[in-house]
Amino acid sequence: MIRVQNITKRFGNYPALHGIDLEIQPGEFIALLGPSGSGKTTLLRIIAGLEFQDEGHVYFDGQDVSDIPVGKRNVGFVFQQYALFRHMTVADNIAFGLSVRKARLRPAKAEIKERAQELLRVVQLEGLGDRYPGQLSGGQRQRVALARALAIEPSLLLLDEPFGALDAKVRKDLRRWLRDLHKQMGLTSIFVTHDQEEALELADRVVVMDHGRIDQIGTPEQVYMEPATAFVSHFVGETNRLPDGRHIRPHDIEIVTAASGRGEGQLLVDNVFRKGGAWRVEGRLHGSETIVEIDVDAHEPPPGIGQTVAIAARRARTFALAEEA
Amino acid sequence: MRRHAPGTESRTAQVLLIGLALTFLAFFLMLPLVAVFSEALKQGIRPFLDAVTNPDAFSAIRLTLIIAAISVPLNMVFGLAASWAITKFSFPGKNLLLTLIDLPFSVSPVVSGLIFVLLFGAQGLLGPWLSAHGVKIIFAVPGIILATVFITFPFVARELIPLMMEQGKDDEEAALSLGANGWQTFWHVTLPNIRWGLLYGVLLCNARAMGEFGAVSVVSGHIRGETNTMPLHVEILYNEYDFVGAFAVASLLAALALVTLVLKSVLEWRFDLHSGASH
Amino acid sequence: MPSMTTRKASWRAPSVLPGFGLTFGFSLAWLSLIVLIPLSTLFLKSAGMGWHAFVDVGFSSRALTAYRLSFGTAIAAAFVNAVFGLLVAWVLVRYEFPGKRVVSALVDLPFALPTAVAGIALTALYAPSGWVGQYLDPLGIKVAFTPIGITVALIFIGLPFVVRSVEPVLADLGKDVEEAAATLGANRAQTFARVIFPAILPALFTGFALAFARGVGEYGSVIFISGNMPGRTEIAPLLIVTQLEQYNYDGATAIAMVMMLVSFAVLFTLNALQSIRRRRLGA
Repeated sequence: MIRVQNITKRFGNYPALHGIDLEIQPGEFIALLGPSGSGKTTLLRIIAGLEFQDEGHVYFDGQDVSDIPVGKRNVGFVFQQYALFRHMTVADNIAFGLSVRKARLRPAKAEIKERAQELLRVVQLEGLGDRYPGQLSGGQRQRVALARALAIEPSLLLLDEPFGALDAKVRKDLRRWLRDLHKQMGLTSIFVTHDQEEALELADRVVVMDHGRIDQIGTPEQVYMEPATAFVSHFVGETNRLPDGRHIRPHDIEIVTAASGRGEGQLLVDNVFRKGGAWRVEGRLHGSETIVEIDVDAHEPPPGIGQTVAIAARRARTFALAEEA
Repeated sequence: MRRHAPGTESRTAQVLLIGLALTFLAFFLMLPLVAVFSEALKQGIRPFLDAVTNPDAFSAIRLTLIIAAISVPLNMVFGLAASWAITKFSFPGKNLLLTLIDLPFSVSPVVSGLIFVLLFGAQGLLGPWLSAHGVKIIFAVPGIILATVFITFPFVARELIPLMMEQGKDDEEAALSLGANGWQTFWHVTLPNIRWGLLYGVLLCNARAMGEFGAVSVVSGHIRGETNTMPLHVEILYNEYDFVGAFAVASLLAALALVTLVLKSVLEWRFDLHSGASH
Repeated sequence: MPSMTTRKASWRAPSVLPGFGLTFGFSLAWLSLIVLIPLSTLFLKSAGMGWHAFVDVGFSSRALTAYRLSFGTAIAAAFVNAVFGLLVAWVLVRYEFPGKRVVSALVDLPFALPTAVAGIALTALYAPSGWVGQYLDPLGIKVAFTPIGITVALIFIGLPFVVRSVEPVLADLGKDVEEAAATLGANRAQTFARVIFPAILPALFTGFALAFARGVGEYGSVIFISGNMPGRTEIAPLLIVTQLEQYNYDGATAIAMVMMLVSFAVLFTLNALQSIRRRRLGA
């Protein structure tokens, strides 16, 4: 189990993390989700030992690792830009962690080679061991970086924006592949992302961070459906914020007939377009300049532009004012 | 246990390495520089002033300035023309042209002088024809200029080509699309974009032109008051055991080098020009 | 057959920018006049000498001794510069210390200081009675007027080549690569030996080769400190000058030709190695 206790970190005068507490169970797949500057990468680097906290402790299985240097923490780290050794072949990159061990702990040369081949199979790059990183595609490099991190048989895998540098199509394939790999290996893993879709799709639990604090920890379902703060509600998925302080997701607003008497407000429709399996209706709330977005089932006819329709909330949340700041 | 970030050394190791590097630089770079000024002023300010105001020294200074004033603009014009052709157009043989422009860097200064002697000297290919027409190039100012232009040939072009390559030709195309003609485009768009890089190249070119010794020594004939540049004058005084005189003239050249370094650094810091391996 | 609609057939790619003819023509003419024609006289003159005459003077025992001295001291100096140049580049890129900018500017001093000035200054330092020489002389270490003195001068001349070649590569080497090595359990020495050093080796080699090529041809800074004793401290460029002063143009030409071919060979090999490496690494 990984326990992060009251971690605080400043860079000069800039407070990067305030009193972070987090517990991670063995085998969990955790996403640290937040915008840039939220402290998510700093937290990841502190857990790895690449950065040092000013206060607080990090425990691996009950042992305080705060003073243990990165090389002895036995964590696999996948860097955002992969950080592959350009002058080494793919196989040598993967074998690096084993080959720098003290002679006493180092496997025999043949064994290291065998292990590298095995990892190449795991990451589906068989036969590319003799290539150089510069000769691979982005997605392939990403998998080499992962194999290299896995080669030291880490007890914890850390990934910093693992898909950040890839184009959309490769990103989606690799995401699915990583999820399957995690299922097979059951290795405790933490990844940093600013992409909520990525976090919701992959993680067992999502840690939403903002301004150096954790706003919410929960399953993807909880984070999406029961956002703890206004920030989470807006950062994870889309949310309309009404003048009365309610926060409503676009698909939680319905268009009702005036006759039904359920209308809570009038919407002047400015624009209608198709968004996936739904119509996205954009308009202004009657009597204010607030822009509201609604998703309407694509099987139903959308309202016309310029029309005024009655709307009602299916589900809405309010947050304490302090949290909205 | 003391923590220091991975990917760097402990403070102790850093201080040690910095100390070692600075000691090396002190011995090999700083000390020679200090020696020049200190030897020049060894016997006080009077002998120093006498040495630099003496008519031979004066004529050497004058010749050095003339040489630089002629060869630097020539290389500037060449540098501008060559980098325009190379960076704004694509044509076969471009890499060959780049290599040829760099050629003078890989030729020994002495050989650079020698080739002009072989071409224009009394025994040279064109020697008989030149002397028949009363034209003197070797052991005269034209020879010194030729050798200097050869030695400093790549400086400006080398500075401008990477800079203009990076800037591309969007600005020029925009200017042309707005109705500017070629000269207007060059004058109002290209030149302002490259002026600091150009100045940087000119600065280095000038330092080398004023300080060149080997090539000039071969073609000049060392005629006092006539074909003696400052570096050659330093040699003559030194070989005559007039050390104060030699170091006095040398200190002027060293001061020029310091001014060059300061201006160069200012250009690098202010305008973010690269400080890569310029020769 | 489709008709050509371009204004005129051209061997260069079409461009809307004007001035190609003028600038290209001028560049080529000026290049030929200043560089190519003069340099070709060296080849013409060599060819005119005949093979035997060329070998006789170009590889006379005096010339061979001079080459050995020039190449030997240039290699020694380039080697010292590779070590200390790397150290200086490392310190300048990685660490912060007061006066760093001044130090960085000072590294270029050998590019800016006329070689003759460097020559007499180094002699003043390393002569037996000089600033540094007076402490070395009692120890039996003679620097000035020996090959060591020549090497010292060439170290001065060549240092910036190594520093300026290595610096940008070192600065470009991402911190994440070193962190990656650390997460994989490598200690600092292993990280340097196996990750950093191989990455900067090509740049270091380039700096070494440039310093070497410059050192072989160097004249001004060497002749004062070397003492110019034939057979002992006579470098190849000095031998060319000596031949010229004796009106032995063939001798000067042959020696110059040999030296030039060697430096071309060095630079050509360097370029070839670099392009092979670039292709291999797919960068």
